[in-house]
Amino acid sequence: MPTEFSSPPDQSSLWKPNRSSSRRVESIVRVVCLVFAAISILTTLGIVLTLIFETIDFFADPFFRQSLWINRLPDLLPGASEAQIQAVGDQIQALDPTQLSESSQAIGLEPPSQTAGFFYAITRFFTDTRWTPLFANDTDFGIFVLISATLMTTTIAMAVAVPLGLLIAIFLSEYAAPKLRQVLKPVLELLAGVPSVVFGYFALLTVTPFLQQLIPSLQGFNALSAGMVLGVSILPLVASLSEDAINAVPQDLRQGAFAMGATKRETIQAVVIPAALSGIVASIILAMSRAIGETMIVSLAAGQNPQPIDGDLGFINPLIPVMTMTAFIVQVSLGDAPFGSLAYKTIFAVGMTLFLITLALNIVSYWFVRRFREKYD
Amino acid sequence: MASSQSQFSLPTSSKVESEFAGNLPQRYTIDRAFKLATWVATAIAIAVLGWLLFDVLSQGLGRLNWQFLTSFPSRRPENAGIIGALAGTFWVMIIVPIVAFPVGVGAGLYLEEFSDDHWFSRLIEINISNLAGVPSIIYGLLGLAAFVRIMEPITGGRSVLAGALTLALLVLPIIIVATREALRAVPEGIRLAGLAMGGSRWQVVRDHVLPAAISGVLTGVILALSRAIGETAPLITIGALTFVPFTPGCTEEFPYFNPLDLVRCPMNVAQSPFTVMPIQIFNWISRPQQAFHENGAAAIIVLLVMLVLMNSIAIALRSRFQGQRS
Repeated sequence: MPTEFSSPPDQSSLWKPNRSSSRRVESIVRVVCLVFAAISILTTLGIVLTLIFETIDFFADPFFRQSLWINRLPDLLPGASEAQIQAVGDQIQALDPTQLSESSQAIGLEPPSQTAGFFYAITRFFTDTRWTPLFANDTDFGIFVLISATLMTTTIAMAVAVPLGLLIAIFLSEYAAPKLRQVLKPVLELLAGVPSVVFGYFALLTVTPFLQQLIPSLQGFNALSAGMVLGVSILPLVASLSEDAINAVPQDLRQGAFAMGATKRETIQAVVIPAALSGIVASIILAMSRAIGETMIVSLAAGQNPQPIDGDLGFINPLIPVMTMTAFIVQVSLGDAPFGSLAYKTIFAVGMTLFLITLALNIVSYWFVRRFREKYD
Repeated sequence: MASSQSQFSLPTSSKVESEFAGNLPQRYTIDRAFKLATWVATAIAIAVLGWLLFDVLSQGLGRLNWQFLTSFPSRRPENAGIIGALAGTFWVMIIVPIVAFPVGVGAGLYLEEFSDDHWFSRLIEINISNLAGVPSIIYGLLGLAAFVRIMEPITGGRSVLAGALTLALLVLPIIIVATREALRAVPEGIRLAGLAMGGSRWQVVRDHVLPAAISGVLTGVILALSRAIGETAPLITIGALTFVPFTPGCTEEFPYFNPLDLVRCPMNVAQSPFTVMPIQIFNWISRPQQAFHENGAAAIIVLLVMLVLMNSIAIALRSRFQGQRS
């Protein structure tokens, strides 16, 4: 009908979406999402700042200044007898460490500066050979005691996880039939999903008694079974990441090697593994960083006994109890250290050390992949 | 030229034959040995898992009964139960997603849908992959300093809320990565069609992209929760208790926890001291008595059943998700 076409539709009857309102909503949503994304940055900042401030607080603790003061007494009192120095030392020891400058009048000697105390603390942290921060007397802060224990459990774990994990990865990607692979992958995921406290139970109450039948001198808490179970717990990580790397190697390379007359094993060893090496090494480094930060297995099964670094070589004996960095943090946390106490600050200094080590490993792994990745298109 | 010729000159033919043909059976033998080694390695891993499960079941099944599930901890192992730990885990599992779900999905949406690829989004990306490598106990130290100490007026110190916030930060990278993968799997055509119809970016995301990606996102959230449920170290660090003869909230009698408490008495729930299943297990294992070890094994069975349930839901969601795609 011509009348319908002759008059154009009324403007008000047209659909007019409210553009300005949807633009407003759009920008609000955008900002909210941006804030949420920024929370991850805030988390990192929070971790770094917390660790830095509490660690500085630890090194600046007046305890170290007091201890340096006593150490310097023979220089401060030249010509004084041993007994005199001992007496003044006891006097200083009895002072309230937070009031050192105020109470120096009573002693008649100038205490060392705060800066000197700070650097003395750092020196003690890296050169002491014992770890006894919770002792009332004879307090020592040799972080390498904890680092050596962590390295021992980690080394044992890697000795278990690397060969097994690589062989499993090769089995899954090269030998297993697709059906078998579909069954095995979820089993590995199951192993990866077992909470660490369950592995701790396994290490302490199952593996240790079992190993004690083989090695009679094995103690109830030891680095050996903790390290072995730790290895099992990081096994799925090594296996699945290495498998991804191996799967990424193009089929052409394998076909080429077969065509040259190589057997399957020769192909895997000479062609596939070298081609996937960057991914495999990255998975191993990541697993190592995971093992270093693992807490429950080592604090349940490896014990709470820091072994001094000395000629007895207890610190590299896997059959006796040791104390890793994470186990120390757990020990202090269970004991309810009050805020601001030296023990409270100590766990942050240990946490900082742990954080730096794992961060360095993660960066190396990231760098390794980028530097040595073979690109196939 | 003379030297290179000598390099490539063939050895005598008889030697070639003996080396190549003579070694073939030996090479196949090594091949079989290598294949066997990969078999054995896989079998070892499965055997260890089987050993672990068998040991836990044989130790713990005897203790698993109604009394064990509904009793508070006790000094006498035969009277002890896990109701306090179950309630703590229950509340943490409710508060963690309330915090982590919107934040993680929002961050994923920003990175995939809203950001123009500039330095800030790259910084966030690097940062997230870095956070995933930080040991969980370090998150505990952050929680101790930030949520327990600085935010004490809100969280009430060593409380359910402080623990849940710590765990929420811990699982955030998992949710963000899962969200991004789910969003990336949505075909670009859906977005383009929506934009061509005049929808704004947010309208397209809200009405088309998110519904298509939601089961993938939920899978990631459930996997993140199953990570959080087993975490022990960060909660020990923030000072969750090991002996809790009460439950958070204001439900005093059986069943001791009620989701409605979150509305009725939110502060009571959030600021209550608490324990969770893994800490209860840790506490029982680290005692010397065999009877407590059996309690620990029984509690492990309960924890593993919870984990298997959550993972089954995730797998079901994932297969539905894949079904939709293809």
